Amino acid sequence: MTPGSDHRNRWGVAATAVVLACALPLVLSNYQTFQLTLALIYAIALFGLNLLTGYNGQISLGHGAFYAIGAYTAAILMDHYDLPYWATIVPAGVVCLGAGFLFGLPALRLEGLYLALATFALAVCTPQLLKYKLIEKWTGGVQGIVLLKPDPPLDLPISADRWLYYFTLAITVLAFLFGWNLLRGRTGRALVAIRDHPIAAETMGINAALYKSLAFGVSAMYTGIAGALGAIVVQFVAPDSFSPFLSISFLVGVVVGGLASISGAIFGGLVVEFIPNVADSISKAAPWAIYGIFLLGFMYLMPSGVAGALRVLAMRKTTRQTQGAHVAPPLTRSTGEVPQKSQ
Amino acid sequence: MELFWQQVLSGLATGSIYASLALALVMIYQATHLVNFAQGEMAMFSTYIAWALIQAGLPYWAAFVLTVAIAFVGGVAIERIVIRPLESANVLSLVIVFIGLLVIFNSVAGWIFTYTIKTFPSPFPAEARFTHGYISAHEMGMIAVVLVVLALLFAFFRFTSLGLAMRAAAQNPISSRLVGIRVGWMLALGWGLAAAVGAVAGMMVAPIIFLDPNMMSGVLLYGFAAALLGGIDNPVGAVVGGFIVGVMENLVGAFVIGPDLKLTVALVLIIGVLVVRPAGLLGRRVVTRV
Repeated sequence: MTPGSDHRNRWGVAATAVVLACALPLVLSNYQTFQLTLALIYAIALFGLNLLTGYNGQISLGHGAFYAIGAYTAAILMDHYDLPYWATIVPAGVVCLGAGFLFGLPALRLEGLYLALATFALAVCTPQLLKYKLIEKWTGGVQGIVLLKPDPPLDLPISADRWLYYFTLAITVLAFLFGWNLLRGRTGRALVAIRDHPIAAETMGINAALYKSLAFGVSAMYTGIAGALGAIVVQFVAPDSFSPFLSISFLVGVVVGGLASISGAIFGGLVVEFIPNVADSISKAAPWAIYGIFLLGFMYLMPSGVAGALRVLAMRKTTRQTQGAHVAPPLTRSTGEVPQKSQ
Repeated sequence: MELFWQQVLSGLATGSIYASLALALVMIYQATHLVNFAQGEMAMFSTYIAWALIQAGLPYWAAFVLTVAIAFVGGVAIERIVIRPLESANVLSLVIVFIGLLVIFNSVAGWIFTYTIKTFPSPFPAEARFTHGYISAHEMGMIAVVLVVLALLFAFFRFTSLGLAMRAAAQNPISSRLVGIRVGWMLALGWGLAAAVGAVAGMMVAPIIFLDPNMMSGVLLYGFAAALLGGIDNPVGAVVGGFIVGVMENLVGAFVIGPDLKLTVALVLIIGVLVVRPAGLLGRRVVTRV
């Protein structure tokens, strides 16, 4: 098999996935469609986090904060300024791009687990900050903001849930195309180079500080767009929906889905949306314990995530030619570790 | 002024809890360069065990000792069973495993002991005699207990050969293995000690913040802040950092921004320390040769 046919294969797989995704709502109930919409939204957020964590090697446990900023931006624009729902996506992305870039600047000094800690603190503070009294006029304080469900345009004969699904799917496809384009070129190589060997990357003329903060910004932008979509689809934002657990499940989605892999974001989105439901159906008493056991199991059985496991399977099938061709290997343990003095 | 001193003293008391949690974090960090996100939930779970033992009729201090022992064994077991097989996994997989442990402990505690908030007894008298109302007897006792634990740990690491072996294994695993130290077991012991210290912290803080499965999330964040402020590779720094964070939290909460944004103090502190002085107050600067 030549790399060219491998390339064509990928387009084939992607096209099949999109066609399938378009057909699915026709056979699913409104509620299932709604769940699938959320999975797509999480996939966008995870793509953003994967860009930062998988490709650039910066760990974030605080992306729930950017998701919240995106959601609130959209909600405030719709509630206070009567903007139509579709017009809030871009502003939410822009606001989060700025916020992420600004947070990325101090994050430049931090590596590995230190960054994980700082961003975790951000995640823990988010609900408190959203409840803060001085901004209550905009955010609605503890109550949050209730939104109206948008109707399908042009009197299309589909339910509102299905319409939102197609709307989200379109944005997902656009976002993934944009991201794929960004990652396959110079920028993507620069990000991976910084992750793998920062000093070598700098000697090659890559402005590591700029790329790292930009990665943070773009990553936050994706998550913010997802947040805006989430607000529109759920029709409600409130501080307690953005608990630290949201950020944690984003990171879980990225790692379980597959680091440094575009399809990993899709698998991750499905995991984030559906594993809690599965866990809930196994044990009503302690669903999160089941969830935790799933996490441990995933890490034992598929340390490189679903996408990584599929890649290994595919590699076994094909000849050795394709080995290592388009593979960006996951992070090694050495990242973020203080090197020991070796003898 | 009276209010000021009151706030400082109760800050020192909560600070002692942050100090012990920070110490537990530092112990695991020193040995493995990992930050255990499940530390707070492990402490919470141990506190529930103590509560169950007391409910079963054990006297307080017997339950206390037994809980510390159970926590120690539990910590060793977690290292052996859960962490050990992933020794060579990448750092993110381990973060996910810690998160997995965190939700498991949280959920199982809620399942066994329910989510209703429980009171936890204090071993110290309700009336304080010498403090003129500045500080409660429990807060005094809490500080004393934490200081005793610290002294014991210091003595253990400084004066026993096992303590020396553990320090050696943390500092240079390869050479330690060459002189016959069983590095793997030293790591497991470190986990056990950290869990035991966490259990003490949990039992001491529970009478103040009450017992529920989510009691530790805020405390853990302050513990992180304390560990970073003191220097994440320095046990003494962690303790000093804990007391500083406790006092600062109380003063800022009481006089500057009010109780609503107390957690944000921890965020600002963490980011501030990391940006201004990443090594912490007493930490060692790490110079990497490339």
